[in-house]
Amino acid sequence: MVLTGAEIVIRCLQEEKVEYVFGYPGGSVLFIYDELFKQDKVRHILVRHEQGAVHAADGYARSTEKVGVALVTSGPGVTNAVTGIATAYMDSIPMVIVSGQVPTAYIGQDAFQEVDTVGITRPCVKHNFLVKDVRDLAATIKKAFFLARSGRPGPVLVDIPKDISASKCEYAYPKAISMRSYNPVVKGHQGQIKKAVQLLLEARRPMIYTGGGVVLSDAADKLAKLVRQLGFPVTNTLMGLGGYPATDKQFVGMLGMHGTYEANMAMQHCDVLLAVGARFDDRVIGNPEHFAEVPRKIIHIDIDPSSISKRVKVDVPIVGHVPEVLDEIFRQVESIGERPEEKALKAWWKQIDEWRGKDCLKYDRKSRIIKPQYVVEKLYEVTKGEAFVCSDVGQHQMWAAQYYKFDKPRRWMNSGGLGTMGFGLPAAMGVQLAHPGAPVACVTGEGSIQMCIQELSTCKQYRLPVKIVLLNNGYLGMVRQWQQLFHGNRYAESYVDALPDFVRLAEAYGHVGMKVEKPGDVEGALKEAFKRKDDLVFMDFAIDPTENVYPMVQGGKGLTEMILSEEL
Amino acid sequence: MRHVISLLIENEAGALSRVSGLFSARAYNIESLTVAPTEDPSMSRMTIVSVGSDDIIEQITKQLNKLIEVVKVVDISEAAHIERELMLVKVRATGKDREEMKRMSDIFRGRIIDVTESTYVIELTGNTAKLDSFIEAIDPSLILETVRTGVCGIGRGDRVLKV
Repeated sequence: MVLTGAEIVIRCLQEEKVEYVFGYPGGSVLFIYDELFKQDKVRHILVRHEQGAVHAADGYARSTEKVGVALVTSGPGVTNAVTGIATAYMDSIPMVIVSGQVPTAYIGQDAFQEVDTVGITRPCVKHNFLVKDVRDLAATIKKAFFLARSGRPGPVLVDIPKDISASKCEYAYPKAISMRSYNPVVKGHQGQIKKAVQLLLEARRPMIYTGGGVVLSDAADKLAKLVRQLGFPVTNTLMGLGGYPATDKQFVGMLGMHGTYEANMAMQHCDVLLAVGARFDDRVIGNPEHFAEVPRKIIHIDIDPSSISKRVKVDVPIVGHVPEVLDEIFRQVESIGERPEEKALKAWWKQIDEWRGKDCLKYDRKSRIIKPQYVVEKLYEVTKGEAFVCSDVGQHQMWAAQYYKFDKPRRWMNSGGLGTMGFGLPAAMGVQLAHPGAPVACVTGEGSIQMCIQELSTCKQYRLPVKIVLLNNGYLGMVRQWQQLFHGNRYAESYVDALPDFVRLAEAYGHVGMKVEKPGDVEGALKEAFKRKDDLVFMDFAIDPTENVYPMVQGGKGLTEMILSEEL
Repeated sequence: MRHVISLLIENEAGALSRVSGLFSARAYNIESLTVAPTEDPSMSRMTIVSVGSDDIIEQITKQLNKLIEVVKVVDISEAAHIERELMLVKVRATGKDREEMKRMSDIFRGRIIDVTESTYVIELTGNTAKLDSFIEAIDPSLILETVRTGVCGIGRGDRVLKV
């Protein structure tokens, strides 16, 4: 069957069972848009800015096990998309970005809307391709999807010059792809797993620390099985929330810069640490030298060898697909029939419970000004913990992570690695499309929401009833917090003067707006908002502008050198 | 520590920039980098000389392996290996210097491959240290121009880097 390049692109997307493409048209992708128009299997969601397209595809991917797809034009279309691509790259989100390029003959001539797309995106994609021959197109798209979802997932970009999308060739979608240069390991090394099991069974102060890898590889069930079998405490990173049920008694909360006292203390003082799909990054373990002061044996399971022994030397590296390796550890523990020494484990739990007793997330519940923590707690109660929560970046992100108890994976969408303000709203659109009828909340700040606020218009067009929970403190709160703590209260450019009236702004976009100023009104507003199943409701909560996120580990400090709330 | 990393990479447009971009993005050091297609024209072989602690070199090899187009990576300096570099030196060769240059070239087993009334071009191969010592051995005021290929290397004996 002879097809044009544009037809091939659409056929390939159909073959990959793509439901939604998030995009924005332009000169270089007109042939592709023309083919989109002629079919109804792949639905296109027209965003208002390319950054929104990529974040929406990202949110879609995070909340499902599918690959997100975005379509942008050349030049500014691509450069606008870069923030979204880098966001997905840092958090290992499977995504395929199709970009238009100027015609092959114009490449390198500084043509209108030309940019070196492959060059600009190279450092923030898992891989990228420039298609120079229409006969390579189908195989390239197949490869892109294969690369995006296999191994350590990530965004893959396919750049298609306009003449390629117009020219014709014989089409056949390849059934399978094999690449001699790319063979991600699946099964963990048996010898290493044996060593790991031995260490786990000998542990006296064990700790399990899991990250985004557990969520991305859909290993939550396998993890829960192993954690219960061993009886060990478990902590999640910001990216790993939902990987283990937050309401379970073996869960000690999130760890890291704004982790719980008990999680950070246990992380530092354990004697055997099992790290699963996590990468010991600077926001998680603080100063690596301080972390290394307490000797402990570390077992590290990750699909990406380069994540192992990058910041922290580990004793038992296991490269492999997380669910397979967890399963194998579980089976070996089962067949050995031994359990870790009960007495030691009991003493360790007693110590952890003592740390827990500090109640590090305590805040002033009697305040007459709305406390942000209270809003998140109420959001959790009103949605019965069942909501998909997308957040932007800043204080509100940390409060959402600390106070919303995620019991299931893929319910918490946030830009953990890159820290991209503006992520929340477009991500929530992707989540809502993937889960029609489900409660989707976007917890945001008045700084972040304005970075992609144009997407309110997209929400209207596609009737996406996202619930926006704006924790409005009038400040770029996290910046203000650092300035208060580390820059002598000099609030350089962190106060946002002249904020819009968000209620009227929401209304102008055709949505429902609510202003909430009293603690007593918080619950009612949330209930009312979630009752409106078909409406996007924008809730503007006037919160305490002086509230800080605690506990806090200052950048460069040790994990246990926490600043605790004044409430303690 | 100085390491010599050899790798096989798909011979595709942009492959070199993926490797060099990786080094600059992660602030790794490159002393030299050479690349050319292998006997299988679909693949290129690269030799990278880098300096770094064992941890950094481990990361470099892991990160290189992670590049989708990289087929195989070996740190050939981990075991017995041979390194060679080619250098062309254009020198002033007049009067008594003309004879002296010829002699020096012979001592270093170089070859004179271009001759004019006033200049020679000397071709020299060897490891980096040998080329360095040739440069040190001749009168610097007579050096008009030098060009070096950078190191390429191969393991001794049965050790083979092949797909």
